[in-house]
Amino acid sequence: MSQRQVLQVFETYQKARTQFVQTVAELATRPQNIETLQNAGVMSLLRPLLLDAVPTIQQTAALALGRLANYNDDLAEAVVKGDILPQLVYSLAEQNRFYKKAAAFVLRAVAKHSPELAQAVVDCGALDALVISLEEFDPGVKEAAAWALGNIARHNGQLSQAVVDAGVVPLLVLCIQEPEIALKRVAASTLSDIAKHSPELAQTVVDTGAIAHLAQMILNPDAKLKRQVFSALSQIAKHSVDVAEMVVEAEIFPAALACLKDPDEYVRKNVTTLIREITKHTPELSQIIVNVGGVAAVVDYLGDSKGNARLPGIMMLGYVAAHSENLAMAVIVSKGVPQLAICLEEEQEDHIKAATAWAFGQIGRHTPEHARAVAVANVLPKLLNIYLDSESLEDLQVKAKKALKSILQKCTYLPALEPLLYEAPSNIVKHVVCQFSKVLPHDSKARRLFVTSGGLKKVQEIKAEPGSAIQEYINAINSCYPEEIVRYYSPGYSDALLERIENYQPV
Amino acid sequence: MARLEKLFSHLENIKEQYFLKNRIAEENRQRENEAAVKIQRRFRGCQVRAYLRHLHKNATLIQKIWRGFTARELFRQRVNTAYFIMKMNFYNKMAVKIQQRWRGYYVRKYVHNYYARKRYLEGVAKKNDLIRRDLEEFAELQKRERERIALEKEEQEKNIQAQRLHFLLSTKQCPGVFNSPFRAEPDEMELRLRRVKPRSAPKERKTPKMTPDLSNLMPNRERLPPIHKKPQGPFRPALEVQQQRLRPLEPSLRVATSITALEEAREELKRQEWRTRVIDQTFLPFSNASQNKRYESLIHTITPFEQVAYGTKHFREEPKECCQGKKPFKTVFTTCHVFDKFGRLYSNAGNIV
Repeated sequence: MSQRQVLQVFETYQKARTQFVQTVAELATRPQNIETLQNAGVMSLLRPLLLDAVPTIQQTAALALGRLANYNDDLAEAVVKGDILPQLVYSLAEQNRFYKKAAAFVLRAVAKHSPELAQAVVDCGALDALVISLEEFDPGVKEAAAWALGNIARHNGQLSQAVVDAGVVPLLVLCIQEPEIALKRVAASTLSDIAKHSPELAQTVVDTGAIAHLAQMILNPDAKLKRQVFSALSQIAKHSVDVAEMVVEAEIFPAALACLKDPDEYVRKNVTTLIREITKHTPELSQIIVNVGGVAAVVDYLGDSKGNARLPGIMMLGYVAAHSENLAMAVIVSKGVPQLAICLEEEQEDHIKAATAWAFGQIGRHTPEHARAVAVANVLPKLLNIYLDSESLEDLQVKAKKALKSILQKCTYLPALEPLLYEAPSNIVKHVVCQFSKVLPHDSKARRLFVTSGGLKKVQEIKAEPGSAIQEYINAINSCYPEEIVRYYSPGYSDALLERIENYQPV
Repeated sequence: MARLEKLFSHLENIKEQYFLKNRIAEENRQRENEAAVKIQRRFRGCQVRAYLRHLHKNATLIQKIWRGFTARELFRQRVNTAYFIMKMNFYNKMAVKIQQRWRGYYVRKYVHNYYARKRYLEGVAKKNDLIRRDLEEFAELQKRERERIALEKEEQEKNIQAQRLHFLLSTKQCPGVFNSPFRAEPDEMELRLRRVKPRSAPKERKTPKMTPDLSNLMPNRERLPPIHKKPQGPFRPALEVQQQRLRPLEPSLRVATSITALEEAREELKRQEWRTRVIDQTFLPFSNASQNKRYESLIHTITPFEQVAYGTKHFREEPKECCQGKKPFKTVFTTCHVFDKFGRLYSNAGNIV
């Protein structure tokens, strides 16, 4: 046989391999094919192709493996069990950039499913290789490496610590400064995944000066980048007062408020989450946010959004109002109470309602002015309904009850208190009667209204043990009125009168 | 003597009387003793009592005076304390009044300043309005921006479409699809077709020149036609021939430099000098710093205000106008032959040993 014919055989084989690998890679993009591929034993076939002599076959095989592992965790486990990872890690250090991208893609796909798989990836020494790829020139390689590191760090604090110990954070901060948007996105998301687990990790991220760079990217037009940036900042800020102060010192307000009008809803949600994490810590930080107009922006955001996205906004208002009565009054002045009332009515999810009830409690508990503002918005009957509704979650009921109690203890707005006299259970009625007993002795018009609206009658009907607090309140109320009126409204008075008529002997 | 006789007669009587009296005295002795004792007793008692009375009186007097004195002192002290307490109470009450007023003022002004709180809340409300307005404007702007971009994109797409369908443009003879004669005016597409330039035929993409890859076994690049039809003799391997034929130009340095390289380099230097040199003063060495510095005079004066060189640097006079045209002073004279013969005379008369 001549040389050419011998070489022809090899050429045919190479063409066949290339075609196989390319077709498998293409099929792996569609989920319905993957089951079939798995049953056909594609893993064991792809594995030797990773060591092929031709670079394009290697890369395509790695790409196909990555897509398969991405799909579900059984396949990812099969990748791990098939001892493919050490080979990938080794070649990550050696080969050209296309192969590096594909290998990093496989590592990312394997690590994303569960902490054990991520641990397996770390155990075969992937971290050092990924760190070396982060120092490459090609932005695609950096992006793939950063994404893989993010998937590893996402699961728990130990893995995050391992990633940080490999010296990743300064390189990620350098990646953020690169001009490519995709790379920035992935680097920001990785920083967010690292910083979210513990205060020490957040401090490590802050120490490399990440905050300044993240703050610069706030006004970037790309929506997905903004999502990740705000998520990163909020994960950093949530751990302690110092880091939250550093985030605020980076002068992100009022620029961040402009992003509350972004068309992308996740950007808005993440901005609100960031504001919530900042206001949660101290009154001074909440003061800063209020002074910069953040409360109004968040109230408008609550009006624009629906469902679960409202939760961080509601919690933010609650945290701001909880710190001091000045701030609670600022929330009221910014028209927060009507908006929260709308939220309470519209939302059906229990945890959102619980958060709204809690927020109302924080707003209304400071002084009678605050309680009045809350009562005027017709919120108290709704809270009472939530408390009495046996179908709602225990947590929701407890929160509604606490809010109701704390508002009632300061409420002197009688028109709102009256309906509660009729419907509320005894432990709530006790507080209502207490408030009446405080207000009625001093206000004659209120006394008149109380009688004409039937409140006095209702109070007489309340059964109370003598010597209990509620009996004292009832006595205090009764002592505001002349005795005949009290007797007139006491239950059974008409029967007593009739009995007297029966026993009366005309002279 | 009679008397003596009388006395001797009385002698017996006297003896009897003597014994009688002794006997009586002996009988009365006890009684009289007791009486005397009684009397002495009484008297001594009175004496002692008188003495004691005296003592008591004196002691009482002393004690009375002393007690009065001490009590008056105590009283004075008590009066002082009572006065002091009254004063302190008064001061305390006044201090309480002052502190009351001050604390009320301070708290109302600094801690719970009602008006400051009111102003703050008004400020918050105003700021909120501002922020709301700004955010709305910003949102409006963004929306308009996005709409504008969307519109432009649409325009662009329609233009591309028109470019592709340019052949549907109507001519004088034959109205196109978009320009039906039954319409009042041509369709928008027709107008677009008229505006837009037709797309030229897609250009041939140049294949990038690849360097010959030795790792590949089969050389599958385009071959030049063989020079001779018949094979002629021992040939070099085809690969080498290909390499030789397709070898790129490797000019030597002399060939690669242009003819005017020198002039160009000079020009380049000049341009660089023109660009970079900012300071026109030459840089003078530090060792002669004080001598090299020249005093720069003021612009507004005529006089130079320089250090006059005469007197510091040189002491000769400057050449004045009177000696302008004259030749300089000769410093070299014609020789005088005084010492020509010094040491060369025939006699040793003046030689110094």
